[in-house]
Amino acid sequence: MKARKIKEKIIESILLASSSITSITVLLIVVFLFSQGVSLFGDSTVEKGSVMAVNKNNPVKELTGSQIKEIFDQNVVYWNEIGGKKDTIILFRIDDIGNYYSDEEIGENFEGLSECVSRLVDSIPGILAYFPEKYLSKNFKGKVLPLEKVSLKTLFKGKEWFPSAQPAAQIGAMPLILGTLWVSLGAILLALPLGLATAVYMSDIAHGKVRRVMKPLIELLAGIPSVVYGFFGLIVIVPLVQQVFNLPVGETALSGSIVLGIMALPTIITVSEDAMRNTPRAMKEASLALGATKWQTIYRVVIPCSASGITAGAILGIGRAIGETMAVLMVTGNAAVIPHTILEPVRTIPATIAAELGEAAQGGLHFKALFALGCILFIITLIINLLVESISASNKHKSH
Amino acid sequence: MKKRISIIATTICIVGGTTIFAQKIKGSDTVLPLSQKEAESFMKTNKSANIIVTGGGSGVGIAALMDGTTDIAMSSRKMKLDEKMKMQDAGRPFKEVIIANDALSVIVNPNNKVSQLTREQLEGIYIGKIKNWKEVGGDDMVIVVYSRESSSGTYEFFKEHVMNKKNYGSTVLNMPATGAIVQSVSQTKGAIGYIGLAYMEKPVKALKVSYDSGKTYIEPSMANAKNQSYPIVRSLYYYYTVADEKTVKPFVDFVLSAEGQKIVVAEGYVPLK
Repeated sequence: MKARKIKEKIIESILLASSSITSITVLLIVVFLFSQGVSLFGDSTVEKGSVMAVNKNNPVKELTGSQIKEIFDQNVVYWNEIGGKKDTIILFRIDDIGNYYSDEEIGENFEGLSECVSRLVDSIPGILAYFPEKYLSKNFKGKVLPLEKVSLKTLFKGKEWFPSAQPAAQIGAMPLILGTLWVSLGAILLALPLGLATAVYMSDIAHGKVRRVMKPLIELLAGIPSVVYGFFGLIVIVPLVQQVFNLPVGETALSGSIVLGIMALPTIITVSEDAMRNTPRAMKEASLALGATKWQTIYRVVIPCSASGITAGAILGIGRAIGETMAVLMVTGNAAVIPHTILEPVRTIPATIAAELGEAAQGGLHFKALFALGCILFIITLIINLLVESISASNKHKSH
Repeated sequence: MKKRISIIATTICIVGGTTIFAQKIKGSDTVLPLSQKEAESFMKTNKSANIIVTGGGSGVGIAALMDGTTDIAMSSRKMKLDEKMKMQDAGRPFKEVIIANDALSVIVNPNNKVSQLTREQLEGIYIGKIKNWKEVGGDDMVIVVYSRESSSGTYEFFKEHVMNKKNYGSTVLNMPATGAIVQSVSQTKGAIGYIGLAYMEKPVKALKVSYDSGKTYIEPSMANAKNQSYPIVRSLYYYYTVADEKTVKPFVDFVLSAEGQKIVVAEGYVPLK
């Protein structure tokens, strides 16, 4: 008797421990994600420890990140385009110092470098110099420009995603957010009706034999690695989309949606079919006994009865679609432009994180920006989950 | 079960044991496969040697050399001035060795009429100023531009050697692998992309490139890359500190030897001689 009690206590505590470990892990990941993501704000888009300087007679007071990029891409070549005098902009990076001064002047251990930079900025009126802060001499003769700080506005208003651009990184997340939403929305629009139809067929219409073959087959779909889906998409779906719509390029949001739709199908089907089969036999039989047809029974009894299961399947399916990385990386083309139609290349948030995190320097702006993207993705998924759950809750309320 | 545990334990012991005396090579993912092959055959002939090769990118390798967590840094670019300064500050004089060359070829769909482009035209295409093939002497067809992901070494290489350090246009499609670029270019009529010279495959067509505004167009071939007449070539480097020279020298010499350079060719890079 005592032994059994102790045994029960032990099992109880093991269960408690596992559930608390799970919750703590989830919490830790969320805290880690947000602590990294939020630390992005307040950083400058120009690399840490570097300065931007101009000649002291230059009237330009500050430059935004996108202006700096336009200048270094040589799309802006005159100071008067950005509120200065009518001079040509002369770009100077620290590597160019050899073109202006000899090795003796710079010094073997770069002792003379800060002096050279200072003299150079003083002598060329149209210069825009970009160099490490430690070569800013104490009596620097130029004007150091204040650097723009990253804010929510930079993240959400920016239209360009070039986090590795030198010297000013562009971290506009809007193209990525829209890309993710377009692809996922397309996927769910394709997968939900198809998945529900299959689930209804399997639970109430198909013969036992058919079902016994179909169910494992569909579940098998879930076990295929996503890279395989991606490659299948690239070789089969991308050319197909290109030909059907006569497009110059087949890597589009639609291709991504189709691949993701296929990937979300098994989840939607399995979960909602299980829910439908769990409809109490008595309810179904009562409906049939009242003279309702098979279809009326499905429509009026089975589906409302299993609404919460269907919702769960849909949520899990959407979750898979939004968070999927590898397959999307291969078929959507990954061009960070704001999409206007579903037939354009897009870049999604998970694909961006997967492709770039490996190369981003830890703790750098790029690294933090990717974590901020992770936070955005987390919030999007959370909102969708809450939304779907509240809808299903209100449905349940009505049906009672 | 017990047997399995003991197997795991022994593997851990072996792995743990070897790392202690190993030479570490770290850095560029472009150089990584080459270094791995070189290390494998070096270890075959020198049984006592243990070399561990890891990737992470050129910058990562050089940073590791600075903190002394690697013996050799692999790099697909020359050490930058500020990195040299940091090495100087850390009081770690170093040596630089070019171990091989790497070339990129620009590819288009085989049905494309265009067979040569100048550097300026390539720049225009990749920054998004030239949008139609008819602007560079081809059919009236939209140009679909493919590039590698920004984490790839070839992304920066192309940006520096071809695009004059300007940023890629925002409509450029980024592909996760060289194979994916070949696949996409072979099935998209208006496509253009770039791949390592060694990855050249049948279903795509390589373009001749001119770096003197159209006077001479050079075909991307192993021979032209070797004699440096083909312009889109970069060197691959090993960096090591003078203090470690004795320990790393045998391996570096092996890479530079005729046998080592044979592996360079087999891996698809351009040998030094």
